[in-house]
Amino acid sequence: MMVKFSEHKMKEVEAIIARYPTGKHKSALIPILHLAQEEFGGWLSAESMDYVASILSIASIEVYEVATFYSMFNLNPVGKHVLEVCQTGPCMLQGSDDIIAYIKSKLGIAVGETTADGMFTLKTVECLGACGYAPMMQMGMHYKEHLTPSKVDEIIAHCYNHK
Amino acid sequence: MAEEIKKMKVTIDNITVEVPQGTTILQAARMIGGDVVPPAMCYYTKLQGSGGKCRTCLVEVSKGSEADPRPMPKLVASCRTGVMDGMEVKNITSPKVLDARNGVVEFLLLNHPLDCPICDQAGECHLQDLGYEHGKEATRYEFKRRTFEKHDLGPYIQLHMTRCILCYRCVYTADQVSNKRVHGILSRGDHAEIATYIEKSLDNDFIGNVIDVCPVGALTDKTFRFKNRVWFTKPVNAHRECKCCSGKVTLWQRGEEVLRVTARKDQWGEVEDWICNECRFEKKKVSDWVIEGPTHVSRHSVISQGHYEKLNRPTETFSKVHDGRKPKLLMDIHSVSEVNDPSIDLSAINGPATGKVFEQSKKQA
Amino acid sequence: MARKLLLEKAHVEGIRHFDVYRREGGYASVEKALKMDPASIVEEVKKSGLRGRGGAGFATGLKWSFLAKPEGVPRYLVCNADESEPGTFKDRFLMEFIPHLLIEGLIVSSFALGSNSTYIYIRGEYAWIVGILEQAIAEAKQNGFLGKNILGAGFDLEIYVQRGAGAYICGEETALIESLEGKRGNPRIKPPFPAIKGLWDCPTVVNNVETLAAVVPIINMGGEEYAKIGVGRSTGTKLISACGNINKPGVYEMDMTISVEEFIYSDEYCGGIANGKKLKACIPGGSSVPILPANLLLKTAKGETRYMNYESLSDGGFASGSMMGSGGFIVLDEDQCVVRHTLTLARFYRHESCGQCSPCREGTGWMEKILQKIENGKGVSSDIDLLWDIQRKIEGNTICPLGDAAAWPVAAAIRHFRDEFEWHVNNPSLCLTQNYGLAHYADELSVVA
Ligand SMILES: Cc1cc2nc3c(=O)[nH]c(=O)nc-3n(C[C@H](O)[C@H](O)[C@H](O)COP(=O)(O)O)c2cc1C
Ligand code: SF4
Ligand code: SF4
Ligand code: FES
Ligand code: FES
Repeated sequence: MMVKFSEHKMKEVEAIIARYPTGKHKSALIPILHLAQEEFGGWLSAESMDYVASILSIASIEVYEVATFYSMFNLNPVGKHVLEVCQTGPCMLQGSDDIIAYIKSKLGIAVGETTADGMFTLKTVECLGACGYAPMMQMGMHYKEHLTPSKVDEIIAHCYNHK
Repeated sequence: MAEEIKKMKVTIDNITVEVPQGTTILQAARMIGGDVVPPAMCYYTKLQGSGGKCRTCLVEVSKGSEADPRPMPKLVASCRTGVMDGMEVKNITSPKVLDARNGVVEFLLLNHPLDCPICDQAGECHLQDLGYEHGKEATRYEFKRRTFEKHDLGPYIQLHMTRCILCYRCVYTADQVSNKRVHGILSRGDHAEIATYIEKSLDNDFIGNVIDVCPVGALTDKTFRFKNRVWFTKPVNAHRECKCCSGKVTLWQRGEEVLRVTARKDQWGEVEDWICNECRFEKKKVSDWVIEGPTHVSRHSVISQGHYEKLNRPTETFSKVHDGRKPKLLMDIHSVSEVNDPSIDLSAINGPATGKVFEQSKKQA
Repeated sequence: MARKLLLEKAHVEGIRHFDVYRREGGYASVEKALKMDPASIVEEVKKSGLRGRGGAGFATGLKWSFLAKPEGVPRYLVCNADESEPGTFKDRFLMEFIPHLLIEGLIVSSFALGSNSTYIYIRGEYAWIVGILEQAIAEAKQNGFLGKNILGAGFDLEIYVQRGAGAYICGEETALIESLEGKRGNPRIKPPFPAIKGLWDCPTVVNNVETLAAVVPIINMGGEEYAKIGVGRSTGTKLISACGNINKPGVYEMDMTISVEEFIYSDEYCGGIANGKKLKACIPGGSSVPILPANLLLKTAKGETRYMNYESLSDGGFASGSMMGSGGFIVLDEDQCVVRHTLTLARFYRHESCGQCSPCREGTGWMEKILQKIENGKGVSSDIDLLWDIQRKIEGNTICPLGDAAAWPVAAAIRHFRDEFEWHVNNPSLCLTQNYGLAHYADELSVVA
């Protein structure tokens, strides 16, 4: 894939950089990495990261250091939908372990794997700030809360129906 | 112009010194010298921003200052805490400090491979020294040690990530001493590692200095010829005309051969002048250099054992070179590291014991 | 008392929009504040007794008064919306439902501190809330409450929303600043404190979302009036996010005068333990604070009723008390396993350690492994002492308080539930299929002398 922001996205990049005082453009790194991940296939390849480095005129290593620090950046290709199930204490109290087990068996994958059809990647994550609505998972921009096996079924079916 | 710098009195382990304002507790302790100096694994005087990370230099501030005599509630990192007038500090006189330091050393060694017998740094490793002085008799860690994927840093520098203590010195060096940084700290927490992400070699001028700042054997000199136990080699001070750097180095010789070139280090093990890659990696003939004389090596270091002697093998006992202190076994190295097979007698291996020779003897044994 | 200052209007239809919010009395504090002297706003906040709602409970007015004001150097206010402490989801609620309250608080606070560019650093996972906040900012700007020369008072302000990318440690204020500068979220070594050298080395104040929202009622009613609400040094109202095995998990606002018992059992709040079960234990202030068994939760060691406020929750120190922390209230019923819960928290801290300093980087992973071993029936009794020793060696010896936050839950679990740990060790096969249960931690309030 060609790694280059569209003109429209480039405008967004410029607007982000404009939020900071002159010379402090490195602050735009994390927001731009989010954009790059959205635009370039849901993950950050070395090529994407080098591209971001060139936009901000910083060394590539500065981008790698940051991208590998934050858990939301995927450094390997992922499925079309990433199911990120919270497993921390409060969610565990409400049965997140069972939900994880259910998704594993339903999709036939282990945590960290992607289904053969490239539709789903299953990840476990730590507290997402939805402890009162547990068990829960994140899917892209949104949270799916109060999960039950049948709710999981619905979510997965919905994804297949709206391919 | 020069404003008069205020002097401050600070007392460390009952010894009082006067130091200029802005001095850290560690620096003040170094002015006193001797046992009151806290060990420092991450701080490096010449590297801005260094320190505060390893926590080996923690001390107790039992009196904050004359103006505010309250003790500080927590132990503080002496390398990053400035002295105040009238401050009282306890280092080795504080059981709290010794206990915490003991813990820190245990943490630092937790995932360390303890492959000292095949490590090029053995003998000049600050972690080894630290372990002898402050370590426990045995590890309480029973889990598999952390491993990392191997990264190749190019023709000059060898990385053994498992030995790294994440002191960040090499990162600051690449930023502040070399003109370009291609390596850094990737990932976070206990997965954090020194790497380049995609294979890149570290080869810009002055990058070789990362080898000298590394307190352990994580970054070593790939051009170190006939890898040798350092205490078999003879360090001499030497210099040459160099366009890029001072050209002042320490040569590690055996006979007429230059096995290795390093920067000169002061008594705290810190580099005096940064040297360039050419001096370090390319000048491996005695004739490239003007020899000045033997390098003074601190008696503390294991290197001093074989020092200035024709003998290749140390004859002194550990307690002799360590001012009568009995060696304290950090842990039973045989039980934790398979490279330390007791059935192989390292001293019986002909010539320098390197990893390669060791592997062969192991096969034969 | 269910006194509401922040969430009173949260459920008004359309309150997310400027018009409705304004009609309900919103932005009055800005009109009032811009006519005041910035120093007197700081004074009002001091008088209010407001304490930081991010976890540490530091007096906000005092913190503001530390801000350095060198000539010609910009100052910054940064709003900490990183909210990642397990059990805590109150800031999210406030931003999602009544975003203009935060924007209003930010305008007043920025004016008081002299910040012309204010940043909201929000955890990356709250992606949809970014849009809500940006919408609110745009509306405020359209209506002259942001931008140049606000309300003709000569004050300029822009508010920007910055998304994090998944790192609890970025809630620590200096790590947050690093992250905002586009770096890894490694906490800085203090001093210097942000008030002297913060964002881009300029003087900076970092405050929690709820803290900054609370500035609105403080200005509206005056610091002294605000200080009359609550009890002792716990003034004003506090948001509590309640979760775990209760009937009504959610975010509640209250003045800090109600008892823990009332909070758990009354229908106005948690509505009692779910499924008619018994209360076993509770972590009252987010995962970092000590867990308490039911008896010590509801009554202090002296046998007095425990209340939902800073002083009462920490009564007894670590020996028999806990902390208000971030207000994340996690309830465990009789069927829950304390060892397992502690294990998930240990895993959390290991995962979130930035890895800069050795005790935290190495110690958190070690504790997790030992807890894993005990939970899986492979522990031996010396493991419990080892755990205790490890946490002791982490606590107080790290760069930032994450080390302490990792140590405390383990320490408290062993302190109060040692027999449950021992039961795991002594019943290696049973502990895989059964839970220890209540033992003497039941609802019966057997007061510990
Ligand atoms: C590991 C760690 C995580 C933290 N996370 C948060 C957080 O998510 N939100 C927050 O407001 N404060 C958090 N804090 C506290 C902040 O460092 C800081 O004290 C707070 O933002 C100050 O605001 P306040 O005075 O308004 O509470 C955290 C502290 C630590 C040590
Ligand atoms: S490689 Fe050496 S210098 Fe670099 S961080 Fe690790 S221990 Fe420090
Ligand atoms: S205590 Fe943990 S999170 Fe804080 S600086 Fe040290 S390693 Fe990082
Ligand atoms: S524990 Fe799962 S969202 Fe907080
Ligand atoms: S030398 Fe001070 S913390 Fe490492």
